[in-house]
Amino acid sequence: MELSGAEIVSRCLAEEGVEFLFGYPGGAVLEIYDSIFKQDRFKHVLVRHEQAAVHAADAYSRSSNKVGVALVTSGPGATNALTGIATAYMDSIPLVVISGQVPSAAIGLDAFQEVDMIGCSRPIVKHNFLVKDVRELAATFKKAFHIAATGRPGPVVIDIPKDVTMARTEYSYPESVSIRSYNPPIKGHPGQIKKAAQLLADAKRPYIYVGGGAVQGGAAAQVTELVKMLNVPCTNTLMGLGALDGTDPNFVGMLGMHGTYEANLAMQYCDVLIAVGARFDDRVISVPGQFLSNPKKIVHIDIDPSSIAKRVKVDVPIVGDVKAVLTDLIAVLKEQNLKPNPDALANWWKQIDEWRKPNSLLYTPSTEVIKPQHVIETLWKVTNGEAIVTSDVGQHQMWAAQYYKFRRPKQWINSGGLGTMGFGLPAAMGAQLANPNAQVACVTGEGSIQMNIQELSTCKQYHTPVKVLSLNNRYLGMVRQWQEFFYGTRYSESYMDALPDFVKIAEAYGHVGFKVENPADVEPVLKEAFGPALKERLVFIDFRTDQTENVFPMIQNGRGLNQMDLPEHMRGMQQTPFENNRDYGNLC
Amino acid sequence: MRHILSVLIENEAGALSRVTGLFSARGYNIDSLTVQTTEDPTLSRMTIVTHGSDDVIEQITKQLNKLIEVVKVIDLNEADHIERELMLIKVRAAGKDREELKRTADIFRGRIIDVTEKTYTIELTGTGEKLDAFIKALDATAILETVRTGASGIGRGERILKI
Repeated sequence: MELSGAEIVSRCLAEEGVEFLFGYPGGAVLEIYDSIFKQDRFKHVLVRHEQAAVHAADAYSRSSNKVGVALVTSGPGATNALTGIATAYMDSIPLVVISGQVPSAAIGLDAFQEVDMIGCSRPIVKHNFLVKDVRELAATFKKAFHIAATGRPGPVVIDIPKDVTMARTEYSYPESVSIRSYNPPIKGHPGQIKKAAQLLADAKRPYIYVGGGAVQGGAAAQVTELVKMLNVPCTNTLMGLGALDGTDPNFVGMLGMHGTYEANLAMQYCDVLIAVGARFDDRVISVPGQFLSNPKKIVHIDIDPSSIAKRVKVDVPIVGDVKAVLTDLIAVLKEQNLKPNPDALANWWKQIDEWRKPNSLLYTPSTEVIKPQHVIETLWKVTNGEAIVTSDVGQHQMWAAQYYKFRRPKQWINSGGLGTMGFGLPAAMGAQLANPNAQVACVTGEGSIQMNIQELSTCKQYHTPVKVLSLNNRYLGMVRQWQEFFYGTRYSESYMDALPDFVKIAEAYGHVGFKVENPADVEPVLKEAFGPALKERLVFIDFRTDQTENVFPMIQNGRGLNQMDLPEHMRGMQQTPFENNRDYGNLC
Repeated sequence: MRHILSVLIENEAGALSRVTGLFSARGYNIDSLTVQTTEDPTLSRMTIVTHGSDDVIEQITKQLNKLIEVVKVIDLNEADHIERELMLIKVRAAGKDREELKRTADIFRGRIIDVTEKTYTIELTGTGEKLDAFIKALDATAILETVRTGASGIGRGERILKI
């Protein structure tokens, strides 16, 4: 049947099973909006800013197994979407972002609301398409969804000039897609997998390091099986949290710049490291040379060959889908009954338990002032560790990552790679829409929340009863922390003066607002917010927290994993293996 | 170290800018880049001359392969290969210099492809070094204009880059 380009857009989205389209109308996409008006296969969510549309679509995807979809107009609509697209790109999130474009004949003439979206988005997309002919539209959508969701996932932009949305053509949605230049790997090389199994069997101090690839790749069950089968210690990166249950005894905490003492030291002193869907980035291992100064054999499993040997040379690279590779690895280990030497492993656990003992996440409780860590711990308690937690960027993000023990993958949603302030609230909205029955908490700060606070309005319109926990310390906390440590406490522009009354803001948008200043009120207020009476309401809680609390442990830029700044009760503690285990340097 | 990469890429609008954008975004070097459609009009072939450590070249190859439109990448340096570059050079050729310039062009197997009373335009093909040598052999003040294509490369013998 013959349809207009705009009608084809709606049909394609319906064919792809899109449930929600996050967007904002404008001149170049009016035809598409008209076609949306005339259909009922998917719902449109009208955000208040295009950046939020992309974040919401992103979190919708992160909290489900679907591709997130956003629609923006040309020019400013498109450029507003870029931060969202870059956020998704850095964290490998499958998105399809449709942008309107000025009519084909006007492209290049500096037309009203014209911007070269293909050029602007090129460095931050997995791929992008400018559709010049309506006859290519349906096939382009098929390709876009395929590219976004397969291999290493990522955002794909489809830029559609207005005349293409108006032109008509015969429509049929392609059943399948084949792109000769794009064939993402699935199975890992069997020989490499055997080598990895043998390394694990020969290991004295094995360690599993799991990143966001395991979450995106749906490999949490395989990670858990491997860890439990061999009884090896396991760490998750910021993006990998939930891949292994945060309460599991084999879990030694998050690693990296704000990782636990035991997770970081185990990373430094292990002798065989299995990296699963993780990329040895600067916030995890800091300086490669320092990290490798204690010799270790490294197996690196990743679907993206370019992630391998980018920062760290590895001994056994395995390119493939992490789930498929781990499944095969587990099968080989079982088949050949391979496991690490039990005595060596027991010794390694003894060492790790010693590192665990001082508890690097211990903080000094207070009855005077609210400790931010206490808010997160109480959130965990009140939600029984089951909530989907989104965050913004800064100290509150790190505390949420450290103190909320995520039980399962896709429960923790944050901008890890790009570090985008303003992500949390629209993300919570997207996650709530994908999981209507889940409890969704947005952990934020008074700085970040104001970067997309207008989305309180969208939350009202679409009844997304998320709970916003703002850890309000009247500072851009992480900036302040760095200024305290590295800039002689010169708090340059990190104080948030003239803060609004957040309770009134929440109320003005039609929500419920609480201000909490007394530590004793933290738990009752959270219980009320998540309780049955407010189940259907968005609750904004303005926690007035300790202004000078810092995130520990911390690894300063340029230092190694065994050169952490430790919390007060651990200052001066050695960051080496303990006395009876001093032979770690020369075992490999 | 200098490397020559051969890239087969879909002949689509914007494909070239993805490649050059990748090089600039990641801080890689492009010494020269040539591109033209192949005998199969749906494909283009690029020759990229770049330099960097082995690690950098490995990353460049991987990142190129990651581009959706890139079909195949090979590093010609991994085996015997041939490379050629074309130069057009316009020289002042008046009076007594005229004969000498013609002789020099002949020595380098160059061809004079345009003549005026005062100038020659010479076409010269070879490796980059040969073209450099030719320029050196000329009196610098005689050179009016040069244009070079950058290297194109192909594997020797049975080594073939094809889908």
